[in-house]
Amino acid sequence: MAYIEVSEATHTYPNGVEAIKGVSFAAGLGESVAIIGQNGAGKTTLVKMLNGLLKPTSGEVRIDGVSTRERTPAQTARRVGYVFQNPDDQIFNNTVAAEVGYALKRLDLDEAERERRVAEALERCGLAADAEMNPYDLPLSVRKFITLASVLAVDTDVMIFDEPTAGQDLAGLNRIAEIIEYCQARGKIIITITHDMEFVAQNFSRIVVMANGRIVAEGNADAIFHDTEAMQAARLNQPIVPALAAALGHPEIGLDLDQLAEALRRG
Amino acid sequence: MGVVTINDLTFTHEGSETGPSLVDINLDIERGEFVSIIGANGAGKTSLCNAIRGFIPHLFKGELTGEVRIDGQPVTEESFPELARQVGFVFQNPFTQMTGTTTTVYDELAYGLGNLGVPRDEMRRRVDAMVDMAHLEPLVERHPFQLSGGQQQRVALASILVMGQPILVIDEPTSQLDPKSTDDIFELIENMKDRGITIVLVEHKMEHVARYSDRVILMDDARIVAEGTPAEVFNDPRTEALGTRLPQPLFVARALRERGLPVTGRELTLEELVEHLRAGAINGKEGR
Repeated sequence: MAYIEVSEATHTYPNGVEAIKGVSFAAGLGESVAIIGQNGAGKTTLVKMLNGLLKPTSGEVRIDGVSTRERTPAQTARRVGYVFQNPDDQIFNNTVAAEVGYALKRLDLDEAERERRVAEALERCGLAADAEMNPYDLPLSVRKFITLASVLAVDTDVMIFDEPTAGQDLAGLNRIAEIIEYCQARGKIIITITHDMEFVAQNFSRIVVMANGRIVAEGNADAIFHDTEAMQAARLNQPIVPALAAALGHPEIGLDLDQLAEALRRG
Repeated sequence: MGVVTINDLTFTHEGSETGPSLVDINLDIERGEFVSIIGANGAGKTSLCNAIRGFIPHLFKGELTGEVRIDGQPVTEESFPELARQVGFVFQNPFTQMTGTTTTVYDELAYGLGNLGVPRDEMRRRVDAMVDMAHLEPLVERHPFQLSGGQQQRVALASILVMGQPILVIDEPTSQLDPKSTDDIFELIENMKDRGITIVLVEHKMEHVARYSDRVILMDDARIVAEGTPAEVFNDPRTEALGTRLPQPLFVARALRERGLPVTGRELTLEELVEHLRAGAINGKEGR
């Protein structure tokens, strides 16, 4: 059985909004998955079910073989780390280092190991020089890295990044790509929600498309960005290369620029 | 003279350990102009917005030299409420913008107008028009805090646009939005520009900056380092050297030019690329 197993899961909020209308999904250790889809498609609700913050209304979510119903949210969260979309929902300590080290206090670690983990997470997130700063004296884009570092420090098997690319400049995007690659190489499951299609095309081999509370397509970048039906259902735009290729009468061309150049040269 | 004029502005936040936030800023923005500010995080973009809105120096204290004028009037001589009537400000984080006191999106949109004492039927007319323009019909009865991040961001922007100030300062209005909603927001902002409203925008989505702006300002290390039309700024080597993400069509244009295809290598939009490649294909065939 895969580490994450979601079968026929639904979620209806207390106000009656059916955010997830029946989703099945599995991911194994070492996989990196992008979830894309329009605002309100159910992406955040789905990942909150993975992390135990929300329980399925029907169906099952199993993490490492155990249903999230049979664990407390804290027990699930020890396996599935979640970086919130809005960092200010998460940050409450007075210094960056205290914030990043906070969740480690509940783990059975000696002080040297705690310090090592905090230092490494800060380094990886480009925050080494900001360790003693107050998070709220730093800009939003940096606060997002603080919350990312907090989850990296806990070193959960699954890490969920909810729109990490929002508001990031090029350096920030490259840093996020490196973090995802590093975690995946260490056998983690990384699940990333993003609206940045170029970022997805460049960094993910497995893409899940959500629309209206359901998964409408799943596959690699070439397959997904040519699935016009799914792209339309999810109100997504194609990345530039396939969009240009399609406009010029070569809809079969994938993300490869050389292929496009060759096709255009042949006319 | 422009509607926003900044002369030799330098500002250091009180107690700052990292030096000034703005250095030697000179800027003249015409009425109805759409100006985008780009640059890496920490370059000073939000500080510049804060100076135009008067948050600097009215709320954020520090050492200030030079001046900012709105409609010829120095912001230091205007009261904060008076500035609020002239300059609408949309915060980077939509969660900050919400009043927290209303229970429906409709009331959230009406809140600011209520504070200004706008008569009830005019208020309804303006809110209804904004709901329509911002495609918020399905959300009007929802609680603002039960919306998704992207939905909140659309409501936050609409709650400012409905106020109708002649100058709008908008700090990353689409950071949480999906691609189609981003397109919708830019259509909405362009609609404001068509009504003669002056737009100052901070944005990282360079494809949209390139498509919609009259002028682009590149900031680095608290200074303005390049300024011009989108074509001028994005083709300026300093822009790329500073780690700015270039519009994707420009990357593709350069790559296709290197591969010998008939493009200038300066195209900023998909449409320009398609046009040049089609024209080139026809010329190429005629040449044979």
